[in-house]
Amino acid sequence: MSKDAKTRARPISPHLQIYKPIPTMVMSITHRITGGALYFGMLLVAWWLIAAASGPDYFDWVNGIYGSFLGRLILFGFTFALIHHLLGGIKHLFWDMGHGFDKDFATRVARMQPIASAVLTLAVWIIGYMAR
Amino acid sequence: MVELALPKNSQITGGKTWPKPEGAKNLREFKVYRWSPDDDANPRVDTYYVDMDDCGPMVLDAIIYIKNKIDPTLTFRRSCREGICGSCAMNIDGTNTLACTKGMDEIDGAVKIYPLPHMPVVKDLVPDLNQFYAQHRSIEPWLQTTSPAPETEWLQSHEDRQKLDGLYECILCACCSTSCPSYWWNGDRYLGPAALLQAYRWLIDSRDEATGERLDDLEDPFRLYRCHTIMNCAQACPKGLNPARAIAEIKKMMVERRV
Repeated sequence: MSKDAKTRARPISPHLQIYKPIPTMVMSITHRITGGALYFGMLLVAWWLIAAASGPDYFDWVNGIYGSFLGRLILFGFTFALIHHLLGGIKHLFWDMGHGFDKDFATRVARMQPIASAVLTLAVWIIGYMAR
Repeated sequence: MVELALPKNSQITGGKTWPKPEGAKNLREFKVYRWSPDDDANPRVDTYYVDMDDCGPMVLDAIIYIKNKIDPTLTFRRSCREGICGSCAMNIDGTNTLACTKGMDEIDGAVKIYPLPHMPVVKDLVPDLNQFYAQHRSIEPWLQTTSPAPETEWLQSHEDRQKLDGLYECILCACCSTSCPSYWWNGDRYLGPAALLQAYRWLIDSRDEATGERLDDLEDPFRLYRCHTIMNCAQACPKGLNPARAIAEIKKMMVERRV
């Protein structure tokens, strides 16, 4: 053993780089990401409400931006983030009460969550367009 | 602190491919993390070929084959080879588990082996577990009582004894704690799933009389509440235990003692 072996800084073993992305972990990460996205979405809601309070001309202008293709795409993403985070929140509610910890069950729930989120998001938009 | 990338001295650079064993017909590829304190090189991933006709079925058998027949410098911990000592915990095929109970038939393609994640590496597959053990010590994993000691043993009903099932079996291999992203980012302040499972094992023990003090000690934004139910711990545990559930039960006890 060389002299400085004991003092040489030890490396940190790889973590995220090598860990298999198992469904429950991926859903935890997406819960964080969608939670972050909701902050941005709330700014959009706040802006829309401010516009509504500011008068018809400004409201029409903001509505025009939100109604554009890009605007709708962002709102669609916001809806998905909202529903994904909501479903995740309900899941956490059950966990906090001590239910749903069986690992196979939790994995099945984690696999279903993005699918359910996508289906519900589409449903919200379809209903929204039908109600127009 | 969340640090997604590895520091400079920890990044993996290159690696060596070792010669295939002569005359072997049934080869399996192994990619193994290497780092030595004796030189100045960064960690690397070496490639080995194991003769499956001359090797047992478990990943540990293959690592021992490599050490005995290809590269004697390969360093790892192992002892019981039957999943009770916890020494050979490592990251195999992207998941923390024990090399001795992980069958090679459970893995597709090359077998990738790393040390337990986000730990200081002593050498190759040997991580420094001092902090992990200190955390276990900090939850005072022994029976604490104030009542006078009975003439014989401290007795317990069958029902109360059953509450310890799924908790006492922990072998402290560190698979769970080092699989937990919360532990990766805040391992200095968050106790981690293994220590918390043990904390619950004493909290729920009908004979223990220090429940209040134990809960006081855990009532902390980091020590207990860094658990965000990511569930990697339960998925990784080679003994099939469920630290995530134990932690949730501790959180429930925290609420219940307030109302």
